[in-house]
Amino acid sequence: MGLDIRWPIGFMFSLIGALLVITGLVNGADARSLNLNINLWWGIVLLIFGALMLLGAMRSRKTPPPA
Amino acid sequence: MQPIHLAWVDYAILIAYVAFVIGIGWALARYMKSSSDFLTSARSIPTWVTGLAFISANLGALELVGMAASGAKYGIATSHFYWVGAIPAMVFLAVFMMPFYYGSKARSVPEYLKMRFDERVRALNSVAFAVMTIFASGISMNALAKLLNQLLGWNYNFALWICSGVVLLYVLKGGLTSAIYTEVLQFFMIVLGFAPVVYLGMKDVGGWHAMNHALQGVAVNPAAVYLKDAGVSYAPDAWTSAWKPLLAGPAANPMGVDWFAMIFGLGFVLSFGYWCTNFLVVQRAMAAKNMTAARNTPLVAAVPKMFFPFLVIVPGMIAVALTSMPDKNYRIPPPILSQEVYAKAIDAVKTANPADSAAAVKSVGDALGKKVAADKIASLVAANAASKLSDEQIKQGLYNSIAENYYDGVILSLVKKYCPPGLLGLALTALLASFMSGMAGNVTAFNTVFTYDLYQAYFAPGKSDRHYFLTGKFITVVGIVLSIGAAYFASMYDNAMDIIQLVFGFVNAPLFATFLLGMFWKRTTGTGAFFGLFGGIGASAIFHALTIAGSNAPGAKGGYLKVVQVFPSEMAQNFWLAAFAFIVCFTLTLVISLATSSTKSDADLKGLVYSLTPKIVDKNQPVYQRPAVVGVVLLIVCIILNFIFW
Repeated sequence: MGLDIRWPIGFMFSLIGALLVITGLVNGADARSLNLNINLWWGIVLLIFGALMLLGAMRSRKTPPPA
Repeated sequence: MQPIHLAWVDYAILIAYVAFVIGIGWALARYMKSSSDFLTSARSIPTWVTGLAFISANLGALELVGMAASGAKYGIATSHFYWVGAIPAMVFLAVFMMPFYYGSKARSVPEYLKMRFDERVRALNSVAFAVMTIFASGISMNALAKLLNQLLGWNYNFALWICSGVVLLYVLKGGLTSAIYTEVLQFFMIVLGFAPVVYLGMKDVGGWHAMNHALQGVAVNPAAVYLKDAGVSYAPDAWTSAWKPLLAGPAANPMGVDWFAMIFGLGFVLSFGYWCTNFLVVQRAMAAKNMTAARNTPLVAAVPKMFFPFLVIVPGMIAVALTSMPDKNYRIPPPILSQEVYAKAIDAVKTANPADSAAAVKSVGDALGKKVAADKIASLVAANAASKLSDEQIKQGLYNSIAENYYDGVILSLVKKYCPPGLLGLALTALLASFMSGMAGNVTAFNTVFTYDLYQAYFAPGKSDRHYFLTGKFITVVGIVLSIGAAYFASMYDNAMDIIQLVFGFVNAPLFATFLLGMFWKRTTGTGAFFGLFGGIGASAIFHALTIAGSNAPGAKGGYLKVVQVFPSEMAQNFWLAAFAFIVCFTLTLVISLATSSTKSDADLKGLVYSLTPKIVDKNQPVYQRPAVVGVVLLIVCIILNFIFW
């Protein structure tokens, strides 16, 4: 229906990913997460996921499926 | 529990999520032109979206919290709720039942019942379903508001109304499509929000083998981590094997269930009854864009479902393993106690006489109002007498010596332990998201059944579509208001809620027998189905009144007429009850159908009954889109998983 769900998913996770990356860069590793900079790493994972969703949405917009 | 302090980034993530779901509602609003757009998504949604929504509608927040709790209480055997209690039923729905639901053009499960049987069966099913969804939604919203209150210190009323308000906004704008889209969003939030917590927990505990090693120690003496009463002992693999403890009998596994009740009660009656007849999940598949997409919806859903145990059950097992390792400084949280109770108990520790440890233990235990570990209290009192401890230290000592577990707190305690600001916001938003989309799911199922199966059928037939479209919107508001009412009811009358859920259990247990006979035996009559269902419900009530689980006293938990049979656990009682109700309903429907004549001709039943419906030919589909082929592959993978964790 009308809206391709991959757009909001892609934008939202890219945004959250960016927020986590920034937090990770500012705060550094945390003792709670076993001295792993989980915000930075997980933020990158979310960014990649968001980008893939956006890519998918973009590609299917170029080639509209036969109705 | 200490309230958690959220940083700006946590709030930013929370607000981003809320903004996106409301935005989706707004973006969809312009496509909402008729009642079928609003209530059934006009059957236009791609398979992967309906598939993820299908699984997401089931993965409510209470499920998330409850599965981690069960993972702690029962270990890897909890995955039977997935591998035995879900996958086979989902494959069955896809391959055998979806053709009737989708092909009959019914807009809801009760409407199918009307086409197949008659108005009576539809009325019974739709009223029961409507009431049930409202209470389910209320129970979950109450849990959410309580959680936000305990965790973030929000006001209960504020939390309840603001969350319901957000749901109302996007469901009213975008209808079922909105609900389905946010369910997909929630699916990814849950997976991506909790995966890092599981990863960190697993790393902390030392990996899979270290965890299993710790759990083997726990199984031999579960009382050490307050999992069972002192003196109870299991074989070392009780928490780490799925089938061996089950096959050894109810006394050998922490669930207290035998293999027959597990396979027939859960795996057949309860599981097929839920997955194949509950409109909340079936509605997602009915919104698919064509028959193939509708049939593939439960199959797409089965893939993540199969692997969810690693996301939702393993955290509970990690929590138990961590608790058993003294150097990890973690325990499964004890029941939540207020500051005042702790203050009283701290005073009791200070005033206790270390020479008389029995009296000291008793006075501290009375102040806490919980079971306590006597040795830990005695050494705490002695330590305080030797050199004065700070209040904070005493409180920590008390926290560690409460000999009861609050299992529902497991998942949040792990989130708190491992998540720095940022990740914390993501995990909490994921939890919040699943509560809200649970409410949205219930409300969108409720408004469809109410509008089409009650309002249009009995109150105002033959009106314009615009009329039902506006009614659907109005009923959405009513559904949300009723849910809020149910949430307040649940917060005030805990016991009443238990009884209501019990009654729902009675209503649902026999349901699958009616569908099975209706879909696969054309001779089944409306009268047979109606009275068979009533008989099944009555049979559940009688079964419950005559049986009881091990340690319970006769009363609301069963056995209030006479105790004929004692089960080792409540779970076993539930599974056997379902099995009994199914058999009674099945037999009664069969016998009454043979004794009455059918009011429907073969032509009426075309597309509704297996033998009268042309077989769907999917030879021209690519192999990976043929439901039967995909279904068999999924079952094989599921069996392999069972053997790996045998």
